Amino acid sequence: MGVRIQEAAFDPGAELNAFSELSEGAGAVVTFTGLVRSDPGDPVSALMLECYPELALNQIGAIVAEARVRFGLLDETVIHRYGTLQPGEPIVQVMTLAPHREAAFAGAEFLMDYLKTDAPFWKKEATAQGKRWVEHRDADDKAKDRWR
Amino acid sequence: MKILYFAWLRERLDRGEEIVDPPASVRSVSDLIAWLRARDPAAELAMAKPEIIKAAIDARIVSHDTPIAGARVIAFFPPMTGG
Repeated sequence: MGVRIQEAAFDPGAELNAFSELSEGAGAVVTFTGLVRSDPGDPVSALMLECYPELALNQIGAIVAEARVRFGLLDETVIHRYGTLQPGEPIVQVMTLAPHREAAFAGAEFLMDYLKTDAPFWKKEATAQGKRWVEHRDADDKAKDRWR
Repeated sequence: MKILYFAWLRERLDRGEEIVDPPASVRSVSDLIAWLRARDPAAELAMAKPEIIKAAIDARIVSHDTPIAGARVIAFFPPMTGG
C-alpha cells in the first residue's frame, strides 16, 4: 500500500511497472491515470492544484484501507500531484492489485470516486478569460454515494 | 490555536493561516466560524455561507458541531475537487 502526495511529475508507465513487479500470486492489475483536461473551446493554459498534505494523507490512507478490505485487494497505490500542471500532464494515478479483475476494477473506481470528493485538493484553472476555481460537481457526489 | 484556510477562502481572506485565541464561550466549530466572522469583515463575507465550508481539526475532517477544546490546528476549506 502506498500513498504519495507530490509536486514532481511522475511516469505512469514506470509507476505501473514498479507496482506490477510486486504482483506475485495476483491475477489482475488495474491502473487509472487522470490527466489535466483542457476544453478545446476554452483552452486551459495551466492548472494550479492546492493541497492540504497532512489531511490528504489521512483521508486517502483511510479510503485505501477501506478499499483493501471491501474488495479484497492485495495491494494498491495512489499518487496525487499538487502545484502547477500543464494540460495533458498526469495528475493522479490509482493502481490496484487483486486475484481477479472484478475486484481490481471496482477497487480502482471506488478509490477514484472517493478521491474526487474526499481528498483535500482544490483546482484552479488559468484560461484566456482569467483564473477560476473549479467547482465541486454534484455528479461526483452521486458517483461516490453509489458505493454506500 | 492555529487556523488554516484553503483555496478561495484563503484568497478572499488574503491569508493562509493565523493564530487566534477565542474566548471560552467559543465551544464548537460553528461557534468558531461565527466568532471569526464577527471580528473581521473579510471573514464575514468569505464565510457568509457556513454550510458550504468544510472543517478539519488536527488534520481530521469534523462536523460543525464538534467541540474545539484541545484543538491545535483547525482548517477551513471549500468542497474538495481532487482526482
